[in-house]
Amino acid sequence: MSNQRQDESTWPAFFADKAERCQDPALRAFYAAGVPAPQTPLRDVPLMALDFETTGMDVHHHAIVSIGLVPFDLTRIRPSAGRYWVVRPTRPLDEASIRFHRITHAEVAQAPDFDEVLDEVLAELSGCLVVVHYRGIERPFLDAAVQDRRGERCLFPLIDTMSIEAREVRQGGWNRLKGMWRGSRPSIRLSDTRTRYGLPVYSAHHAKLDALATAELLQAQIARHYSPDTPVSELWE
Amino acid sequence: MEAEVQEIREHMRHYPPFDRLDPKWLDQIAARTDVAYYREGSMIQEYGKPIDTLRYVRSGAVEVYRHNGELYNRIGEGDIFGHTGLLHNRRVRFPVRAIEDTLLYLIPADVFDRLCEEDDQFADFVELSGPRLQSTVEQNERENDLMVSRVRRLLTRSPVNIDENATVHEAARLMTDQHVSSILLLSRAEEGDERAFPGEEHGHWRLTGILTDQDMRGRVLAAGLSGETPLAEIKHDRLSTIQSDESVYEAMLAMLRNNVHHLPVLHRRRPVGVVHLSDIVRYETHSSLYLVTNIFNQDSVKGLSRLMPDVRAAFVRLVDDGATSQMIGQAMSSIGRSLIRRLIELAEADLGPPPVPYCFMVNGSMARHDQTIATDQDNALVLDDSFDPDQHDAWFAALAKRVSDGLHACGYPYCSGGIMGTNEKWRQPLSVWRRYFEEWIDKPDPEKLLHSSIFFDLEAVQGEERFVEQLQDLIAQRASQSPRFLAALARNALHRTPPLGFFRTFVMENDGQHNNSINLKRRGTAPLVDVIRVHALAVGSRAQTSFERLDDIVKAKSLPAGQADKLRYALEFISMVRIRHQAHDLKHHSSPDNNIEPENVSDGERHNLKDAFQVLSNAQKFLRFRYPTPNR
Repeated sequence: MSNQRQDESTWPAFFADKAERCQDPALRAFYAAGVPAPQTPLRDVPLMALDFETTGMDVHHHAIVSIGLVPFDLTRIRPSAGRYWVVRPTRPLDEASIRFHRITHAEVAQAPDFDEVLDEVLAELSGCLVVVHYRGIERPFLDAAVQDRRGERCLFPLIDTMSIEAREVRQGGWNRLKGMWRGSRPSIRLSDTRTRYGLPVYSAHHAKLDALATAELLQAQIARHYSPDTPVSELWE
Repeated sequence: MEAEVQEIREHMRHYPPFDRLDPKWLDQIAARTDVAYYREGSMIQEYGKPIDTLRYVRSGAVEVYRHNGELYNRIGEGDIFGHTGLLHNRRVRFPVRAIEDTLLYLIPADVFDRLCEEDDQFADFVELSGPRLQSTVEQNERENDLMVSRVRRLLTRSPVNIDENATVHEAARLMTDQHVSSILLLSRAEEGDERAFPGEEHGHWRLTGILTDQDMRGRVLAAGLSGETPLAEIKHDRLSTIQSDESVYEAMLAMLRNNVHHLPVLHRRRPVGVVHLSDIVRYETHSSLYLVTNIFNQDSVKGLSRLMPDVRAAFVRLVDDGATSQMIGQAMSSIGRSLIRRLIELAEADLGPPPVPYCFMVNGSMARHDQTIATDQDNALVLDDSFDPDQHDAWFAALAKRVSDGLHACGYPYCSGGIMGTNEKWRQPLSVWRRYFEEWIDKPDPEKLLHSSIFFDLEAVQGEERFVEQLQDLIAQRASQSPRFLAALARNALHRTPPLGFFRTFVMENDGQHNNSINLKRRGTAPLVDVIRVHALAVGSRAQTSFERLDDIVKAKSLPAGQADKLRYALEFISMVRIRHQAHDLKHHSSPDNNIEPENVSDGERHNLKDAFQVLSNAQKFLRFRYPTPNR
């Protein structure tokens, strides 16, 4: 716990340091844009929902197939200002993931390498706090891909709507319901979690749609469990 | 179009005034839409504050107030607000508060302004505050009415077009990439041509034909033509189309008249989509509610029984139109439930109001929503605990008898096992029912359970639904905690086995005997339903339909998804063979039953039936191992 606290407070310092040392211009610009001060209230933080579709869960064996991002803040989500890219994974796409993501071989074959879109992705993320559902995918995959293409690290703080939900499920009101379903915890997957906040069911698995879904979920979670004045350091990790 | 734009558009196009907009407008609106979430109880807009977007309720509900705080309107999914403010100096006129957790779509003011300018229908709607304040019942009727619903409602995507000078090969590739079963052929046209429409980028085009998967087979491969053949050479001479504001009914007639399954839909001269016969079928099953309306208009048992040929006709039509067993089961069950409701209403009109609150419950297939045509009735009465047999039972006995006799007259024969409200044992107060279930679960006796497992599929039809919900809660909580109960239920689920082999003219039984007919319900669907019920009760599922139960089982990771899919496939397949044979019997004026003769089964069906029976057999073996009888 004490370790984590330390990390949180050192994000601005980490960014400042990286902005000086980085060789790659895009990364340098990304770090130079900085992160909000830990005490900044959430209402003042520009947020960016980020979602990747990947060929699998393992960062060492799988690769990014598509990237979706949607900018938002606590009052409005702007899918029209968001972006979506399909990229050519370095590792072959198997049939199962094609069925799952509905991205075809043809689309992938014509897609650019991740390196070609990386500068744009970093530019979009600059100055925003990233929001994901489940921190185990986007940050590690982006870091690995950047290291692979540019030889440098890409690390940043983020808000994970899944850990927020896990916390609420463990401590919050859902606990009381658990008596009825002894032994079974409510699922904290994106679609199941959304249902508990009265959010609609979206049909497809698609990076940009999932980014939109994540942004809606964070707005709902903040409205229910926190406040626009909550300092960002209470949620980022 | 990106997925989230598609998602937004897809929702809006079902609701007025968006349902009557040109699809191109919908695309533009959806591409510019923002999103915001409001928690229950929070203010969305306050009087006099600036407003720069039209608000559309994607989910949830809001209340609209007058300036003086008086409630003006309560609106929900698919409704809009904020337009009055946008039209009046961009200041909020009616304050709005979320009364449920609400997700809004926000349409920018400049898009709103252009819509008002260029689309009269939209302008009328927002300026006259819309016909939305009219009763929603009227709207529902409109939505279910095949005659009035616009064919545009059925379109789910923009059409895929190709120049008719392109080759067959190019068309096939485009169709494959776009996952479509038909493609529209266009040719260049002069601007003055009365069939021409302006293209996306430049020039004018005109629709000259449609090419389907079937044409690829019939007109290309069978004719031995090469992939390089130009499309113009193989297109049909005649092209039937329909205007997007024609009714669904017209579209159906046009397909029947011209014997086609695909129909291009035009907005004036521009193609905006293609409807397929299956779109109409899917649509029409929603409106089997029509028959239901008719049920509620009948004033006697006799009148109700006269509707039964219509029910059978609806069943046959659903089967012929390619509905799934789930769609058919849902439709038949809702017809059955409506019938019971109407019988109860008629009985109560004669007998007077019930002396104590009660719930009329159905069990078995009607509760599982998988009823077909040849099913007997299973029902029971759950009474309030203030029930006093001496004072009240005469009323309930009379009610049960009327309903049961009425159902019998309408072609739902009496239950041979006596599972009916007419049986005193199944006409009891809630506390007694609780005791029944507690006893079945806590002291399971396989013998007794055999006769009572039908009660573990239960649904309220009329009266105090909470009584049955309480029983469902009790089952969901207790069953999963009682390994002995699960073991007993699992053992019973092994009694009815699938045949060992299924040959061209006979069925091979496990003892080596040959039979020339097989009961698909007893040997197929019923044991599958039993197996699924055991797994579902073990994971505390409250679902009543087998397919929803399978979803819960997968969610709880009690069975791997692959196994559950196999069960789903097997159940769907055996159900459909059974249903198709019943429809066949009805068409040939013989009484439908559950028996089929292997010689009446096609080779393809036989092959699949064998697989399905194998799935059942494996699932039964697994059940024995998964829920063993515990040592005492």
